[in-house]
Amino acid sequence: MNKARQNPLNSFAAHAALITWTVIALFPVVVILINSFKTRKAIFREPLALPSADSFSTIGYETVMKQGDFFLYFQNSFIVTVASLFFILLFGAMAAFALSEYRFRGNTLMGLYLALGIMIPIRIGTVAILELMVQTGLVNTLWALILVYTAQGLPLAVFILSEFMRQVSDDLKNAGRIDGMSEYAIFFKLVLPLVRPAMATVAVFNMIPIWNDLWFPLILAPGEETKTLTLGSQVFIGQFVTDWNAVLSALSLAILPVLVLYVIFSRQLIRGITSGAVK
Amino acid sequence: MTALKLENIHKSFGQVHVLKDIDLEVSEGEFIVFVGPSGCGKSTLLRVIAGLEDATSGTISIGGRDVTTAPPAKRGIAMVFQSYALYPHLDVTGNMALGLKQAGEDKATIAERIDIAAKMLSLEDYLKRRPAELSGGQRQRVAIGRAIVRKPELFLFDEPLSNLDAALRMATRVEIARLHRELGASMIYVTHDQTEAMTLADRIVVLRDGRVEQVGSPMQLYNDPDNQFVAGFLGAPSMNFLPAAALGAKGATLGIRPEHLRVSPDGQIKGTVTHVERLGGDTNLLVGTDAGDTVTVRLFGQHDQRVGQPIALSYDPARAYAFDAEGHRLRS
Repeated sequence: MNKARQNPLNSFAAHAALITWTVIALFPVVVILINSFKTRKAIFREPLALPSADSFSTIGYETVMKQGDFFLYFQNSFIVTVASLFFILLFGAMAAFALSEYRFRGNTLMGLYLALGIMIPIRIGTVAILELMVQTGLVNTLWALILVYTAQGLPLAVFILSEFMRQVSDDLKNAGRIDGMSEYAIFFKLVLPLVRPAMATVAVFNMIPIWNDLWFPLILAPGEETKTLTLGSQVFIGQFVTDWNAVLSALSLAILPVLVLYVIFSRQLIRGITSGAVK
Repeated sequence: MTALKLENIHKSFGQVHVLKDIDLEVSEGEFIVFVGPSGCGKSTLLRVIAGLEDATSGTISIGGRDVTTAPPAKRGIAMVFQSYALYPHLDVTGNMALGLKQAGEDKATIAERIDIAAKMLSLEDYLKRRPAELSGGQRQRVAIGRAIVRKPELFLFDEPLSNLDAALRMATRVEIARLHRELGASMIYVTHDQTEAMTLADRIVVLRDGRVEQVGSPMQLYNDPDNQFVAGFLGAPSMNFLPAAALGAKGATLGIRPEHLRVSPDGQIKGTVTHVERLGGDTNLLVGTDAGDTVTVRLFGQHDQRVGQPIALSYDPARAYAFDAEGHRLRS
C-alpha cells in the first residue's frame, strides 16, 4: 500500500467525509423511524428526541393496521415492483444481447432508438398512456402499472446491459456454439450469469422509483383493490388534518420490503463467479 | 482421405475483403499450422472452417462431407480457444461433458470419454474443480480435454499458447505434439509465432493479407521460400535482406540467413558491430554495414566481439536467395 493511503490524517479525512455523508443520508430515515413510535404531541414538541417512556406510543402502527387493507397495498406494491423488475431484466437483457451480439442492418440506430427513452421522461406521455389503458380496459389493474414501469425501465436497462454484454468473451459464446448450445441456451446459461452484477445494478436502479412512485398509481390504478403502498399512505394526509403517526408508521413499514430486495440484489453485486472463465 | 477441403473461399466484412480465394486440402492425421502476421486473416479462416463465420463464397468439406452451411456443432470439429473459454459455472467434468450432453450421448459414454481424456491430460485430480480454481496451464489442458472428448474429425486451435508463460508454452507445445501422435487426428493450428509453426507442423500455410503465400513442410519453406515474405517470416532471427547490386548478385534483393554469414577479414560486407546478444549457445551480432543497412549475424558458441568494433562478413552465394523487385524468388 502506498504512503499517502497510510497517512492517518488522510484516513481520518476520508472517514470524516464518509461518516458525514452517512449521517446526512440516514437522518430523514431515522427521524421517520423514531417519530413513528411517539405520541402526536411528542412528535411536534421534540421531533428529534428519542421515544421515552412518556412519549412512546404505537398508535400510528395501530391506525395503519386497522385502516383499510394495508396488507393488500403491500402486496400490490410488491407484485408491481417484482413483476416490473422481472420484465425489465428479461426483455432488457434480451434486447441488449441482440444488440451486442448480432451484426444486422440498423443495429446502431436501434440502439440509439432504445436509448432515447433515457432522455425523455415517461410522464410526458401520461395522458396518452391513460387513454391507451382506458381503451384496453387495463385501468385499475396492476398490469397497467407493470406495463408502464417496464417501459420506463427498459431504456436504461438495455443501455447498461448491452455495454456489459459486449465485454463477455466472444470465445466463450463460440465455445458454446461449437458444443451445440442454442442461442437461447448461450444467452441464459452463459451470458446472463456473467452479467449478473450488471443485472443487479439495473434492478436496484429501477426498484426504488417504482416502489416509491405515486404518479402512475394515482392516475392508472386508484381503485381500492389495486392501490399501492405509497398511494395507500395518502389517506392519512388530509387537506386540513394529517395523521402524522399513521403516515410515519406507514412509511417506516414501507422501507422494509425494499430493504430486503436491496440486500438480495446487492449480494449479487459482490458475488464474482466470473473469474477464471477467460484468461 | 481428405480431412478438410477448402475451395475458393472468400470472406468479406462489408467492403473489407479479408480472405481471398483460399484453396487448401488437408489429409487425415495431418497437423497444419496457419501462420502469418496479425490481421492476415488466419483466425478468420479458422472461424470460417469452424462455422462461426459464414464464408461469403466457396465450399468447405470436412471428412468428405460438404459442411458449408452446417452449424458449428454439426461439423465434426472441436475448437480450443486462446482465452480457454471454459464455462465458469461448471466444474472440469461439466465443462468436458457439456458438448456430449448436447449431442445426446448417454451417461456411460460421457463418463468413459472424460475418464480417458482426463488420464491423457493428467487432470484426474481436478475433475471437481471450477475453472477459477485452476492455473492457466491447467485451464488450457481442460480446454484441450473438452475438445478431445468430442472425438472430432478435425481439431481447431486458435493461438492456444499465447496466454501462457514461456516455460509453460514450451511444455504445452510438446504436449500438443504428443496428443497429435497419440490421437492421430487431423489438426489445424493458428499462431503468429513462427517457432510454434516450425516445431509442430507437418505442413505450414503462410498467410498474408488474406492470401495463401506458400504451403509446405517447415523445412521446405525454410530452405526454399517462394518469396521474400515467407523467407523473412520464418526463421529467428529473421533473414537479412540486402540490395543485390552492391554485392554483385542478380535480382533486386539478396536474402541471407543470419547463420549463413561468417566473420572473415576479407569478407565482402563491411561494417561495425552495433549490438551484441550473448545467449550462451549462440551469439547474435547486429552489424551496421557501411552501405547503411543492418544485418544480423548468428554465430554458434561464444564470441568476444564488442560494440563499435569494425567487422567484415562473408557469405556463401549458394546459400543466398535472390528476389526480384516485387519480392518474388528468382530461382537459378
